[in-house]
Amino acid sequence: MTNIILVFLVLTNLMLLGTGRISASIRIVAAQGVALSLLPLLIHAHGFGVRAVLLAAATVGLKGYLFPRLLNKAQRQASVRYEPAPFLSFSTSLMLGVASVGVAMWIGESLKLPEIESPLIVPAALSTIFIGLLLIVARKKALSQVLGYVVLENGIYVFGVVLAQNEPLLVELGILLDVFVAVFLMGIAIFHISREFDHIDVDQMTTLKH
Amino acid sequence: MLTLWLILIPTLGGAAAFGLKPDILRRLLLIGVGVAHLGLTVCTWFHPTEPLLGGWIHLDPLGRLFLTVTSILFAASSIYLWGYLREQGATTQVDLELGAFQNNSEAIFTGCLLWFLSSMTLVTMSQHFGLLWVMVEATTLSSAPLIYFHRQHRSLEAAWKYLLICSVGIALALMGNFLMAKAASTAENGHVSLVVSDLVQHAKDLDLVWLKAAFLFFLVGYGTKIGLAPLHTWLPDAHSESPSAVSALFSGALINCAFLALLRVVQVCHAAGLQEVTSQLLIGFGLLSMAFGAAFIFAQRDYKRLLAYSSVENMGIQAFGVGLGGVATSGALLHVLASGLTKGLMFLVAGNIMHTYQTKSTRDVAGLWRKMPWSGALWTFGFLSLTGAPPFAPFLSEFTILKGALETNHAVAGGLYLLLLAVVFIGMSAIVLKMSQGDPHPHCNPENVHGDWSSIGPPLVLCALVAGLGLCIPPQLSDACREAAISLGGSGW
Repeated sequence: MTNIILVFLVLTNLMLLGTGRISASIRIVAAQGVALSLLPLLIHAHGFGVRAVLLAAATVGLKGYLFPRLLNKAQRQASVRYEPAPFLSFSTSLMLGVASVGVAMWIGESLKLPEIESPLIVPAALSTIFIGLLLIVARKKALSQVLGYVVLENGIYVFGVVLAQNEPLLVELGILLDVFVAVFLMGIAIFHISREFDHIDVDQMTTLKH
Repeated sequence: MLTLWLILIPTLGGAAAFGLKPDILRRLLLIGVGVAHLGLTVCTWFHPTEPLLGGWIHLDPLGRLFLTVTSILFAASSIYLWGYLREQGATTQVDLELGAFQNNSEAIFTGCLLWFLSSMTLVTMSQHFGLLWVMVEATTLSSAPLIYFHRQHRSLEAAWKYLLICSVGIALALMGNFLMAKAASTAENGHVSLVVSDLVQHAKDLDLVWLKAAFLFFLVGYGTKIGLAPLHTWLPDAHSESPSAVSALFSGALINCAFLALLRVVQVCHAAGLQEVTSQLLIGFGLLSMAFGAAFIFAQRDYKRLLAYSSVENMGIQAFGVGLGGVATSGALLHVLASGLTKGLMFLVAGNIMHTYQTKSTRDVAGLWRKMPWSGALWTFGFLSLTGAPPFAPFLSEFTILKGALETNHAVAGGLYLLLLAVVFIGMSAIVLKMSQGDPHPHCNPENVHGDWSSIGPPLVLCALVAGLGLCIPPQLSDACREAAISLGGSGW
């Protein structure tokens, strides 16, 4: 089951790299978030504790419901439907993405974490982090960059589930709250950008230099 | 109790500010919180404080040093904002380049500012790496709306860059957190929590490979927020576009708080015996940041950006000092206080200059001494202090760092450090003196010259503090610097 989720994670990452339609991207990222929220339930040595269930519920609510709502709203306000001409073309970024999965596999192999349940965890997490960063730098629309940030956070989350199983609940919830507020503020900023500039293309925001 | 009040006062004040209706009451609340916070902070120097939440929140000498800078600067800014907000209020402003714009709601501004203070206070007190991360991110989130107080293109662009770049950077620091947890979980005698003192105590059991990886992620993550070159890209924009009182807090308090977060990691790495890795990286990044700062200070056309690049340079000096170890670490910690207060002073005066001359261009401003004697004098003194001229406090700290470089056999690095300081001095003096001397240019000759008490008083007090510290360092402060430096692998002077 864990493996299925991780494979799903990698596949959704590649889909994100290949698509320019923003509403589709929002849906893919939401699906990714919901799938990931199951991970703590599956991986935890202590099984279905109150802590794991609470975390999973909070993650589903946040990434499966609140984020897509916020981002869809921002998309409607900015009336942007797709990413017409990203800095890196879709095929180039897709190839980079596939390459990153390969490199991540190799790193995961050489790290040799003995107590990990699935050999796919480290490669999946690393490639997700890389693809998140790639989305941030390769895309022009501010909204796509926010999606890249969420993907990056998803990758780090997978690492956290494995590496930091004993992180106190308070801290985990704090992290979720911070990520929520960050995406919330970015949504508001996009609304203001679209109103002030009549577009949300970050490559045209170049007043400030040196 | 002191610790609890230090956290509660700004948090509750912030919540109240969102709801408070009359503007005057809200501005009084801001000053009240700022002064009360400063009073409590001064008390922590004389009364021992007890840990909260089972050791998660505890004000140690290292944290107290950073809390003091933050608190002094906030009190100064809150008083400065009294006049600023009264003048700027809800009226429509005119920007020379971009035309008219509106200000953001003052209630939101004040509320975010107070929450910004409470999150910075918690950063200085957090002993648990998870809590520390949550609070550093909270400083980013509460301060992003402050940049966008002037609703216009440039500040929006700066706020967007700040929010995105810092959030991504800090997400990488979260990765560092997880790697640190992994390093701790391999300890043989079971589970070690992520509390700094706990990690330091069990440092010998930590897995060094994981810890090294954690340090790298922390360095990149918190380094983005600190503004270490080449990760500093958000910094000049955010510093130059926000209201000057906010820039003062950014430059003197916010990036220092991120620096403290990195120092916590250095504490653990030092105890685990990783000094070599950490010191080499810190020296390298420190010198690189100084070089970037120096390069952009030269021929800078915007005086707020000039100060922003000087911030990058000063963070470089601090990282360099901590990297060297020995006395240089105490020097770097003194520099936190010395340069933090000076940068606050400079940004507040820059706000006065901008208000009178209505421009940020260094070439259009001239004759400051004649037009605004108080601000002109403070601008010159602040410049001397910022570049490390005696008798101001940064001279002492920069000199101590140089001494440390020679004592720890880093002669080449020490030479580079001196060279870069000299370049910054020359670059800044050319710009600042031209602004101060002579007569105003005919095309930019403002009418109003009298600043009121709220715009002159706070920078004047900061200037007096920096000069006073340069002449005599109170024993409590040098004790705290020594104690904090020892925990970082350095020594007292």
